[in-house]
Amino acid sequence: MRRVGLLLFLLAPPCALFAQVSYDRLAGAESESENWLTYSGSYRSHRFSALKQITSENVAKLKPAWVYQIREPGLNETTPLVADGVMYVTEPPSTVTALDVRSGRPLWKWAPAMPRDVRALGFPPVNRGVALLGETVFVGTLHGHLVALDAKSGAVRWDKLVADNAVGYAITVAPLALKDKIIIGTSGGEAGIRGFLDAYDSKTGERAWRFYTIPGPGEPGHETWAGDSWKTGAGATWVTGSYDPGLNLLYWGIGNPGPDWNGDVRAGDNLYTCSVVALDASTGKLKWHFQFTPHDTHDWDSNQVPVLLDGMVAGRQRKLLATANRNAFYYLLDRETGDFLLGAQYARQTWAKGLDKRGRPILVPGMDPSIEGTLVYPSLQGSTNWFSPSYSPLTRLFYVPVREMGAYYFKGEAKYVPGKEFMAGGEQALLGDDAYGAIRALEVLSGKLKWEFRLQSPLWSGVLSTAGGVVFGGTNEGSFFALDAETGKPLWDFQTGGAIRCNPISFSVDGRQHVATAAGFSIFVFALP
Amino acid sequence: MLPSFKPNFLAVVRSMVNALALFVTIPLAGTVVLAESPIPKQTPNDLVHGRRLFQGQCARCHGMDGAGGTGPGLNRSVLTRVYDDQALFSVIKEGIPGTEMPRAWQMIDDEIWQVAGYVRSLGRTARVALPGEPERGKQLYETKAQCARCHIVRGRGSSLGPDLTEIGARRGVSHLRSALLNPGSNKVRDSSGYISFLVIRVVTQDGHEVRGIRINEDTFTLQLRDADNRVHSFRKQELKELTREPRETLMPSFQTVFSPSEIDDLIAYLASLRGER
Repeated sequence: MRRVGLLLFLLAPPCALFAQVSYDRLAGAESESENWLTYSGSYRSHRFSALKQITSENVAKLKPAWVYQIREPGLNETTPLVADGVMYVTEPPSTVTALDVRSGRPLWKWAPAMPRDVRALGFPPVNRGVALLGETVFVGTLHGHLVALDAKSGAVRWDKLVADNAVGYAITVAPLALKDKIIIGTSGGEAGIRGFLDAYDSKTGERAWRFYTIPGPGEPGHETWAGDSWKTGAGATWVTGSYDPGLNLLYWGIGNPGPDWNGDVRAGDNLYTCSVVALDASTGKLKWHFQFTPHDTHDWDSNQVPVLLDGMVAGRQRKLLATANRNAFYYLLDRETGDFLLGAQYARQTWAKGLDKRGRPILVPGMDPSIEGTLVYPSLQGSTNWFSPSYSPLTRLFYVPVREMGAYYFKGEAKYVPGKEFMAGGEQALLGDDAYGAIRALEVLSGKLKWEFRLQSPLWSGVLSTAGGVVFGGTNEGSFFALDAETGKPLWDFQTGGAIRCNPISFSVDGRQHVATAAGFSIFVFALP
Repeated sequence: MLPSFKPNFLAVVRSMVNALALFVTIPLAGTVVLAESPIPKQTPNDLVHGRRLFQGQCARCHGMDGAGGTGPGLNRSVLTRVYDDQALFSVIKEGIPGTEMPRAWQMIDDEIWQVAGYVRSLGRTARVALPGEPERGKQLYETKAQCARCHIVRGRGSSLGPDLTEIGARRGVSHLRSALLNPGSNKVRDSSGYISFLVIRVVTQDGHEVRGIRINEDTFTLQLRDADNRVHSFRKQELKELTREPRETLMPSFQTVFSPSEIDDLIAYLASLRGER
């Protein structure tokens, strides 16, 4: 099947656009480096490009190839996808635009009719990208719909309501396309939702399964919620997860419990908030879970992208899941069983003495939010956040964008009103000269720091590593930059003029490697002259 | 979740809409009735809770007793930008764009009203009159102190230091005093938390030294303004040395230049500058 698809692709005229993006192509995305077919570049979420035309020796010559300016102002967190000559980007709040990758010229644009009172409670109205499968583009919308669009025209194939925006659900996450299903999560962790992850039939839009991140009565884990607190326990699913086709397991990070900063009303560990869950992709049944921050009171969602790789740990070759969590610890898990294998602190933190042998944090007393304010590292935005890490199989380094910032955490009154923010407190962060950002390279199997490149401020951008030995990233101050993947030495930077808060990608056009990033109200695409 | 900076885009839009609503509805309508302020009906418990919230979350800028610091004193019956309880509520909830005053997104409306009620109670306490004489202070400002060499008031002066046209509305008296006596000790930060007028010294690869105040900085570049108000731009990679001097300032101390009563006069003058042009 895959060979047939590849053959058809090769037989197509050189400038023909809009080929089929089959499941086999998605599963083999790592061998198709001229495209960027899925949110993290592959189901394993390495955000690594095998392209090596741009190298640590020549990256300093990189120049803009074209710039596309988005039409609606707003924060631009999209990860572009590229397939067969077309780039698919999203614009805030939920617009999809198809661009010709040679020229940057729009081919079509689709925007949903959005209610005027659409709610984005506790977060800005953003969108992080689309999924591709067959001849269809899939996007989630701020008002809670999952929409299938014809890849050639943007015409709507189907449109399904996923969740009710009136009570605080919203969609910002890029969907993940599997063989015949589209996986979609929701935002709403500050609105007292009951979080879930859904799968929809890619052809019909019918819902195939739903996994609630907060177990209901009679389900395992329900006992970790006091009283009725599970009904408003949050556990949003707002960042795209990863998939192991061999195990048929889907790995997805789960957000904070609600209300965020007052845990008094939700005694218990609050499963499966601040966890990663492994779900049977066919049924949505839970295979295992691992909770990073039990009974979180600092808003440390575990929505970081899980990175899948294999390696020798504790005496044997294993299938691994690596993740740098918002709580300042880096974890290695066995992705078949969920067993905790290793934890290592990678950023400043003051809330835990360390992790026990099962990976559970050993708490420092007195670190809960208070009315007067409690100083804790990291800040509520965490040591890292939704933006992607990268893993290079060549250097065996895990590149993590780091936020070094503390905050005074405040505890407030917990009062649930449907469709309103349900947070019960907040923070005053130590900003500016008291904070900084960094790209850190960790040895993937030990979590040990190999190098650090320090940045002016805690960043909001993911990183991309390439076979050319380069790591790309972006800063709040608008610099798109390249580092040496082995040493962290800065090699090149370009001032885009707008804050960068997205994940970079790489692809090739007519045999020429390109790198793309969103910045400010624009998409920038770079190539060698 | 909260993956964004705060105030976020929606908050900015909301504050613009709120501000517009306040301007538009009152003169035009006559039919529009703003919700009644709950402050007159607040209980002693509300006041106690408002005080705890204020001391935890507001006092770092406005002082423990609301007498001011890097932020203005709030122990007055008439507050700048605040003409009624609703406006006070809005300022606390939405912040003041372009200033260090953040929006209080961490508090629910009931808590904001408790804080507003406590702030109103500060205005009912007796104010201590400033000891200095503003007119004498103005004379000193324009002559002996030569403040206009670095500062602008009502469009007159030089732009090396901060514009002082509304300094009395933005800073408390204690801050003004320490700024005159020990200017390096009490640094103000901008709305992003960066130290305003931070002194940085750099040495270029060819040994050229520049010392000045930071205009802007990012990971890769730095822009400085030297004591002669000249702008310098550097690539950080091209610098041999870069030293931050957070305790230093280009402003001289007036501790030994003026008598205590002259300092009082200067403070009285500065405190009187509340934005009139």
